[in-house]
Amino acid sequence: MTKPTPKILSHLDWLEAEAIHIMREVAGQCSAPVLLFSGGKDSICMLRLAEKAFRPGRFPFPLLHIDTGHNYREVIDFRDRHAAALGERLIVRSVEDSMQRGTVVLKHPGEPRNRHQSVTLLEAIEEFGFDCCIGGARRDEEKARAKERIMSFRDEFGQWDPKNQRPELWNLYNARTHKGENIRAFPISNWTELDVWQYIEREKLALPGIYFAHVRPVVIRQGAIVPVNVPTPGGILNVPKPDEKVIDLQVRFRTVGDITCTAPVESDADSIEKILLETATTTITERGATRLDDQTSDASMEQRKKEGYF
Amino acid sequence: MSATTTPTSTTPEVEDHGLLRFLTCGSVDDGKSTLIGRLLYDSKTILADTLSSIQKTSQKRGLESVDLSLLTDGLQAEREQGITIDVAYRYFSTGTRKYIIADAPGHEQYTRNMVTAASTANLAIILVDARRGVLTQTRRHSILAHLVGIPHLVVAINKMDLVDYSQEIFTRIMDDFLEFAAKRGIEDVHFIPLSALTGDMVVERGESLDWYQGPTLIEILEDAPLAHSEHTETFRFPVQYVCRPQDSANPALHDYRGFMGQVESGSIRTGDVVTVLPSGLSSTVKAVQLGGEEIGAAFTEQSVTLLLQDEIDVSRGDMIVQQDAAPQARKEIEAIICWFSEVPLDRARTFLIRHTSREVKARLTAITHKLDVNTLERLPAEKLQMNDIARVHFKLAQPVFADPYAANRSTGAFIVIDESNNNTVGAGMIQ
Repeated sequence: MTKPTPKILSHLDWLEAEAIHIMREVAGQCSAPVLLFSGGKDSICMLRLAEKAFRPGRFPFPLLHIDTGHNYREVIDFRDRHAAALGERLIVRSVEDSMQRGTVVLKHPGEPRNRHQSVTLLEAIEEFGFDCCIGGARRDEEKARAKERIMSFRDEFGQWDPKNQRPELWNLYNARTHKGENIRAFPISNWTELDVWQYIEREKLALPGIYFAHVRPVVIRQGAIVPVNVPTPGGILNVPKPDEKVIDLQVRFRTVGDITCTAPVESDADSIEKILLETATTTITERGATRLDDQTSDASMEQRKKEGYF
Repeated sequence: MSATTTPTSTTPEVEDHGLLRFLTCGSVDDGKSTLIGRLLYDSKTILADTLSSIQKTSQKRGLESVDLSLLTDGLQAEREQGITIDVAYRYFSTGTRKYIIADAPGHEQYTRNMVTAASTANLAIILVDARRGVLTQTRRHSILAHLVGIPHLVVAINKMDLVDYSQEIFTRIMDDFLEFAAKRGIEDVHFIPLSALTGDMVVERGESLDWYQGPTLIEILEDAPLAHSEHTETFRFPVQYVCRPQDSANPALHDYRGFMGQVESGSIRTGDVVTVLPSGLSSTVKAVQLGGEEIGAAFTEQSVTLLLQDEIDVSRGDMIVQQDAAPQARKEIEAIICWFSEVPLDRARTFLIRHTSREVKARLTAITHKLDVNTLERLPAEKLQMNDIARVHFKLAQPVFADPYAANRSTGAFIVIDESNNNTVGAGMIQ
């Protein structure tokens, strides 16, 4: 038996190995898991990790996207192409269907729909009997997430109880549930935005074009860059107000989400290398800069998670 | 010690010194959260808008300077109380090494969080308030960190700015701690005077502690040994999942049987002879794969897939091990256990034990003694209450393949699950 000197894994190798371990625990412990895939950069990393974990076999779970109807066309196209190239099953459930069923009621037609994804997700969980949803959330994104477990228990209403979390020790994960209950598993909890970009670079992962610098019409609203006149199947979103001045700006998105509440940052980074450099020296954390809906209340993410949000 | 304060660089020439997980613990108001804030702040990864939102909150509370502890107090209830009640994880990088900080609460009733945070840490920073010296909680945290097998302790004597940066006070606290540590068998302790508030000796040396010649805190972290790096360990590979893609269109995969798991310790190469437990059958490793591609060898903490020469029945919960050094199959285990549940542990009920990827039913047969975590005094006990730590015996329905925790943190650890609600109710370390 070989006894080489202990080898230190690079930090990316370590994070990759941990994420694979977590995905395999889900596969080993849960009977009907599903992996949430949005076409965003974190979930693109998740798919590569799933390939590393399970190839040459098929993934032991389908992919699920909760579509707000407020997505950039190219992200949706990317989502479909990527799932097809992997040969894995993609399920799409739409917030607009929940609106038609009357389970999602908007306060006003233009209301951002991120928050309402919870309802559609819970409906999909019930429809397919999923006992675990694997997601690409990271602890560095937001303060409430910093305290969430890697295997996070949700009761039959999809609620997270931050005061009553299962202790999580060593790498011994407890994904056990009774019928109707659910686990949210976060394999890349310990990754930062920089780690994600480093991984994308190392693995040569393809991304939707909106992550790279491009020129688009925007307005500046309360200090945030708001993309305007964005076409979607349901119509044009973010129509500028009459007194707003539309300008062409070179921007990129650091996160993809509901068009009405996801702001790009000004950037000339048109390659992964440039994005990496920009991220390493950046002065703005990911959600603060780019999620207009998280700024409302200091604890708004915690509130949404309690309600079943991812 | 170069590059300790440079922001993360991505140039490939920068050496990657891996990832260190460490724990910060201390009594209430020792300034843990401030220290973490300082590490993040001075390592230039606290980003501008997080700061501005903290600034706003600080102003609302009528504080004059930025309260760095607001960076870690994440949950709503905690913000209201101004204390930390759950383990929070924080991240920073120096460009050469990535760090995961587990911030454990200091309150007595939250021992379980401290044990949770300690379970994955390879180093612990124990904070001591220079004005107050070594307290009961300091001793308890040190004992717990030692008990959970954290090999390296750093005693950070904080708030030196409030004691005129006195070397005498630092030395006195160090002597106090050493006296206590010697009695408890705690070795490898590093002492450092610092001020999280002013930043002296955290990342920058500052100018007020000239009498201290040792490394700064960040230098200690940059040089600290990583988990599994200090001695050679024997190969342990618990099987998490078996890959059998025989239904695929590819006939080459018809006989494929990949055993998927993480190398918990040691290393493995194609051609090595291994034993599969519980069957005890041996075989040769035909391939070591990652993502379906041959990689030839795997080391501790790598997640890989092993293929064997012979057709042996292997499933989740089995363990592939080094042939000449297999762990013992045990149906009775003696362990130090920390109890987390409001429902007491007694001999009446059956629980589930998860050890590596294996789950077995278990029943408590004896409590040898309870430990007073302040003094390590041994006390008799009939049952265990929440936050109790005790030495106990369990009888198992099927064997587990275990090493003593002191020799192997991965194959020596287990959790206890209450099947009625599936909660994790205890954590154990096999003796």
